[in-house]
Amino acid sequence: MPTIATDGIAEDKIRHPTKKLTISEEVAIEMVAVHKWYGEFHVLKDINLTVNAGERIVICGPSGSGKSTLIRCINRLEEHQKGKIVVDGVELTSNLKNVEIIRSEVGIVFQQFNLFPHLTVLENCSLAPIWVRKMRKAEAEEIAMKYLERVRIPEQAAKYPGQLSGGQQQRVAIARSLCMNPRIMLFDEPTSALDPEMIKEVLDVMVELAESGMTMLCVTHEMGFATAVANRVIFMDFGEIIEQNEPHNFFNNPQSERTKLFLSQILHH
Amino acid sequence: MSDTAKTYKIGQHPDLPPPRTEVGVLGWFKHKLFSTPLNIALTLLAAWFLWSVIPPLFEWIVLDSVWTAESRKECWGKMEVPEGGACWAFIKDRLELFIYGFYPAPQRWRVNLSFVLLIMAIVPVLYDKMLARKFGLWYSVAFPFIAGWLLVGGFGLTPVETDQFGGIMLTLIIGVTGISFSLPIGVLLALGRRSKMPVLRIVCVMFIEFIRGVPLIALLFIASTMLNYFLPPGTVFDLLLRVLIMVTLFSSAYIAEVVRGGLQAIPNGQFEAADSLGLTYVKAHLLIILPQALKISIPGIVNTFIGLFKDTTLVLIIGMLDPLGIGRASLADAVWAGLAREVYLFIALFFFICCFSMSRYSLYLERKLHTGH
Repeated sequence: MPTIATDGIAEDKIRHPTKKLTISEEVAIEMVAVHKWYGEFHVLKDINLTVNAGERIVICGPSGSGKSTLIRCINRLEEHQKGKIVVDGVELTSNLKNVEIIRSEVGIVFQQFNLFPHLTVLENCSLAPIWVRKMRKAEAEEIAMKYLERVRIPEQAAKYPGQLSGGQQQRVAIARSLCMNPRIMLFDEPTSALDPEMIKEVLDVMVELAESGMTMLCVTHEMGFATAVANRVIFMDFGEIIEQNEPHNFFNNPQSERTKLFLSQILHH
Repeated sequence: MSDTAKTYKIGQHPDLPPPRTEVGVLGWFKHKLFSTPLNIALTLLAAWFLWSVIPPLFEWIVLDSVWTAESRKECWGKMEVPEGGACWAFIKDRLELFIYGFYPAPQRWRVNLSFVLLIMAIVPVLYDKMLARKFGLWYSVAFPFIAGWLLVGGFGLTPVETDQFGGIMLTLIIGVTGISFSLPIGVLLALGRRSKMPVLRIVCVMFIEFIRGVPLIALLFIASTMLNYFLPPGTVFDLLLRVLIMVTLFSSAYIAEVVRGGLQAIPNGQFEAADSLGLTYVKAHLLIILPQALKISIPGIVNTFIGLFKDTTLVLIIGMLDPLGIGRASLADAVWAGLAREVYLFIALFFFICCFSMSRYSLYLERKLHTGH
């Protein structure tokens, strides 16, 4: 394993996948010449990215580099203004039907969890299957319990999010997304708002998810996670993709000066 | 370690009870009433004030009051000191007028029945643990129409003109109608004002700002005089109906702003989470956004409702006889004239009971809906 990336802390924090992770030939997400502006500010510049089904991609970069915006464009939480994004064969346009189809196929986990505080954990998880997938309540709750078990908090099902720790809330958020049986999962800095002691429990769940063959795009600075499960690491800055490579080469042999500077800052602080 | 008698291993210190003087009744007195010299002075001052106000008031209202008499003279004659007690006989004599206004006596069972039905309609709305609440709620939606038919008549019942409505009954009609219709309209206005569609937003903003910028009395005068100009000639438009519409619109503009405040407080992440799960605008709002926004807005909403309920007395100005109007009319009666204190105290008590119940219910609701820790 590369020494620089797994500097001790990261090594014991991350459980490495036990299964072999495979990638299919099928294209899950395709972004072609995507541009986006916030008013006059050009936040995404000519993004070209193809993600195959089963790929696990970690996106890193300094704050303001456009990495969150990039993944939020994939389920249209942000609208791109130029270029083409195709998710699972459906193109994201202003056609609301397409947006709804894509949103029900793509799960996202936010930095701030964004659980619904007025609903119990179980209701948080079963809400979308009932109201979007038109499932019967009993069936939806069964699925919700299945995923709550998978993220190892079935005993918290009757509680409200406000009664849980940050790590537990984030695991509920992951379970809530999984209940929609998504084909792609997006993670927007899922561990950045957590206390250090809780990061591991969330990362463990994410590693398990990777083992199950889920297509994942993850904005994170957990480089241990990147080396353990990612098959590609993307470095962004100034709204552009500066460099992408498989983790070993990315960490040990970064090509651009910008990437080297960034890596030296996050790995040796 | 040296100045404590016992030492414990790390993590082994037992949970000790707090000192006796800090908790319980003793602690409460010490901390809440007599903690500092200023606190002691204020406690004594407040106790003296209560002592000098409450007993005389109690004597006047209860101990020395007269409950049966035929006129003011007889009433005062029965007292040790003339005017030394309240003459509740007057209120008793006029009670039916205070409740029903000039609603024809043989038909008053319809008002009573409507009132019972009203209570039955309110219960399922207020308490969610009721059996078969779903049916109860359907009934609650149907109630205004049932009550309207019962009170106005027609279709088999003797018609009663709405200008015969009055008293507490009139207050309840205006209050309940205003409250139950202004909440949904207010929520729609609030959502419209936050809409991304400019035309819809501008219409909502104009409506809200116009209504809020005009005094309710002016709106009531508009209702009683001007509305006919805007309607096709020959349209007969009941004055009470016009008042109901104006009061509802007035309060919905306020509700809209209160609810908008609640919507403003919902973090953007909630909208994003709802969107990302594939919920549509309507579902996201009904299931995620409004339950939270309305919960935050409860104090403001109830405040608006209480204001609305009390503002119903303004219909006095356009000649409708609400309890205050009945009271003033009763005081003009030579047999009873001079008992203004009793009349206004009675009316104040009626409004206080209604408004205080609303306030208590809102506190109960806030506690019940509290899920954070």
